[in-house]
This record gives sequence, structure tokens and C-alpha cells, in this order.
Amino acid sequence: MGIEVAIACAKAVVMLLIALQVMAMGVYFERKVSAIIQDRIGANRAAIFGFAGQGIVNTLVADPVKFLLKEDVRPAGADRLLHTLAPVMAVVPAIAAFAVMPFGDVLEIAGRTINLQAASLDVGILYILAMASLGVYGVVLAGWASNNRWSLLGGIRGSAQMISYEIAMGLALVGIVLTYDTFDLQEMARRQGELIWGWLPAWGIVYQPLGFLILFAAGIAESKRIPFDLPESESELVSGFFTEYSGAKHLMFMMSDFVEVVLVAGLVTTLFFGGWQIPYLGREGFHFPWGSTIALPSLVVAVLQILSFSVKLVFFTWLQIVIRWTLPRFRYDQLMRLGWKGLLPASLANVVVSAALVLLVGSRA
Amino acid sequence: MSIPLFLVLAALTVASALTVIIHRNPIYSALGLVSTLFLLAVLFLGLDAQMVAVLQIIVYAGAIVVLFLFVIMLLNLQVEERSSAAPPLIGAAALGGLAMGGLVILAIVRTQFGAPVPVHAGFGGTEALAERLFTVYLLPFELTSLLLLVAIVGAVVVGRKRA
Repeated sequence: MGIEVAIACAKAVVMLLIALQVMAMGVYFERKVSAIIQDRIGANRAAIFGFAGQGIVNTLVADPVKFLLKEDVRPAGADRLLHTLAPVMAVVPAIAAFAVMPFGDVLEIAGRTINLQAASLDVGILYILAMASLGVYGVVLAGWASNNRWSLLGGIRGSAQMISYEIAMGLALVGIVLTYDTFDLQEMARRQGELIWGWLPAWGIVYQPLGFLILFAAGIAESKRIPFDLPESESELVSGFFTEYSGAKHLMFMMSDFVEVVLVAGLVTTLFFGGWQIPYLGREGFHFPWGSTIALPSLVVAVLQILSFSVKLVFFTWLQIVIRWTLPRFRYDQLMRLGWKGLLPASLANVVVSAALVLLVGSRA
Repeated sequence: MSIPLFLVLAALTVASALTVIIHRNPIYSALGLVSTLFLLAVLFLGLDAQMVAVLQIIVYAGAIVVLFLFVIMLLNLQVEERSSAAPPLIGAAALGGLAMGGLVILAIVRTQFGAPVPVHAGFGGTEALAERLFTVYLLPFELTSLLLLVAIVGAVVVGRKRA
């Protein structure tokens, strides 16, 4: 009993640490990638004993400490309870969503077989959708509780945007569920270890290229960052729904943004790029299609898989940050048109085509 | 689900539900509704109904109440004035409430509770739910989707610009 609880806690901590470490790397990329794109040097000043680490000290030590030490200002007329509650409601669902994300296959150790997933849920994908849909309350409440018109406009824009893109996101997931015939993310990741024609890994991107594009676009829209940052939109709304936030609460909104970026990266990785899979790596080691094998112990395989998952997470976090610094912001009507007239019909078509293919060829199960 | 856990969750659910009707600020009422629906989802989880719990959050807490909040903010509804209803109305409401409570208690007293039945593996999961939904309850399911279609068409008609 005690050891079971300890294992469950350890798995949760490992997943949380992976997510938060990648988030921190995302913050670093945000500063440095933007600098490179705009031909600047970027954060490089703050240093500890002369060590600046290419801006790592600046972005990951100096900035957070500065945020935490700043005065927490609450505007007059703001709703005391909701103004404080809103940042929490933004960041908690985003972190909670990682519970069902598988970060490795199984670890066989001391006679136990440990499933490397914090919570093995039969309805994993729907759970992530549910948590993503709860994230909207942070935005809406921040906008309302601040007693500021810019904030309110940002909050209203945010709620409309997130609801619109959730629909496309949910329908994009239907295609992948049809392909793998399960809602469980771990099961999906395992099925992506199979091979097509004996050499091509059966990753989701092979079956659902359109689903990937829709999910990625809708995911970026859900994280409310450029080009979808209408709720924030600093040229029109000062800073949108979090105009009236300072110090640690402001930091929590920033954190929820970046955690959502990592969540989208995790979702894309798990559904379309094999999750923790490394091509040809099975539970006993590598089995190459040309016949040679390399046997590896379970611990090494698990570590390789966790590394593989983390590297893919970092890559897709980096990709989202490059997109964010490359594209300009949409106008509000363009945003709604893309969501309702672009992504929604495309995702519906994707569902129909996927269903027809599954009917004719059979699913991967 | 253990009894103490259930009691705590049930008390919280009732408190949230009371917030919905008692609080004077419409935003807090809507949030009380979110909290009620979320806690109901947790209670469903305790009954091994994972699918229903998650759908409850996606559909109600994640979409419908967000639209409530959206409308409340757009209309900029203020804190309600406390107004007292006419005495006969209060009397009728109290009588109705008491009668309803009496009915519920009567129903609980009259029911013969059997021993708890162990659930089979996969109970409340997607497959079990889908199997019932698409075999035994196919007709009600399809009729409901027809009803939803009518509602969507109605929304489009109402939302269209008048020519």
C-alpha cells in the first residue's frame, strides 16, 4: 500500500518536473529566439559571480525573483476574492492536464512493472480537453474582477476565442481517436510503436496529417499567444485581461501561458509524433528493420524514452515560440473566420474521411 | 468512495448550489454553478463513471456556464437589489419546499436498499457507455441528436440578418 502511494507520487513529480523544466526552457527561448529573430543580443546582463550563462541567469533567476518581489497592486473597485482567484484558476487546470500524459512505456524494476504515466485514465484525451476548457475561467474572471474596461474587453475576447477553437480542437482529436481506437493516451503512444511496411514508424502524423495541422493551430489559439493574442493585444487593450495584475499574480498568468504552450507540445508529441517512442526501440532494446538488435535493460530503455519525450516536448515548444515571433497578430474578424470557416469545416472533413478510411481499411487496433 | 469523503463533497456541492440561488451578484451565482457542476463530476468519478464525469466538465462547466458568464458580462448585470416578495407568495414557496422535502424523505424511507453490487471491469468507461448508447438506447439517442439539430437550425435562423 505505502509503496504504491510512493510510486504514484514519484510518477506525478517526474511528470510535473518535466513539464515545468520545459516551460522554463520555453521562457528562455522566448527571450533568446526573439532576440535572434530581431537581430538583437537579448537578455545577457544579470549574472551570478560573473556567470551570465547566455542569459539563463537573467531569464530564469533574475526575472522570476523580480516578479516575486514586486508590490501586488489591486485596483480600487476590483473584486477582492475573484481578482486573487483568477490567476490560480488559469494555471491550475493547465498543470493538472499533464496528469494523463505518458512519459515512457513501462519500467520493470524489482519485480514490479510501473506504467510511466501519472494517472492512467480510460478517458485520457477527454480529460485533457476538460482541463483545457476550464482554463478559460481564469481569463474571464481576471477580465471581470479587475474593474477595468480594457481587462473586461480582453476577458470577453478570450472566452469567445477559447470556446471557438475548442470545437475545432475536439473534432481534430476525433480523427486520431478513430485511428487508434482508444481514448487512453498511453495506449495511443504504444500503438505508435508499430511499423508500416516493416520500416516506417506508425506515428499519428502518417495517418492524420490534417488533424495535426488543425490541432496545432487550435492549440496555439488556446494558449492565447501571437498570432492569436487578441485577449491580450497590447496595442489596443494595454495588456488585455491581465492589465491590472502585478508581481506574483502577473507571473502566474505568464506561467499559465507557457504551461499551455508545453501542454500543446505534449499533446502534439503524444498524438502525432510517437510520444516517448524512439523508432525501433522496444521494451527489450532496439530491433532494426535490417535485422540487427541491441538488447538493453529496462531502466536504460525507460530513461531513453523519457529523454525522447522531453526532447520532442522541447522541440515543439521551440517551434511555437518561433511561430509566435514570426507571424503578426490576426484581426478579430480574421480570427473568428479562421476558427469557424477554416478550421471547423476542415476538422469535420477530417472526421468524415478518417471514418471512411477506418471503415474501408480498418483502424490500427 | 469512502463515506467521509462523500459527505465532504456532498456538503460542498450543496453549499455551491445554494450560492447559485442566494448570492446577489450574478457572477458569483454563475461561479457557484460551475463549482456545483465540477463537484458533481467528482461525485460521478466516485461512482466509477469516468466518462460521464469528464463529459459533465467539458459540456457544462467548460462551455455552457462560460457562455452564461459571457452574457452576464456583456449585459453588465449589477448586484441585485434585495426585494421582498408578497407574503402569500413566500407562504406558497415555503409550503411547496416543505412538500418537496417530505416527498424526498418518504422516497428514501420507502426504498429497500440491497447490498452494493460490485461493478465489472470497464464499467463507466467509454466502451461500456457506447455499447449501451448504440444498442439499447439507440432511438432516444438519435431523437436527442435530432432535437439538437433543430436547436442549431433555430439559432442560425434567429442569428441571421434580416433581409
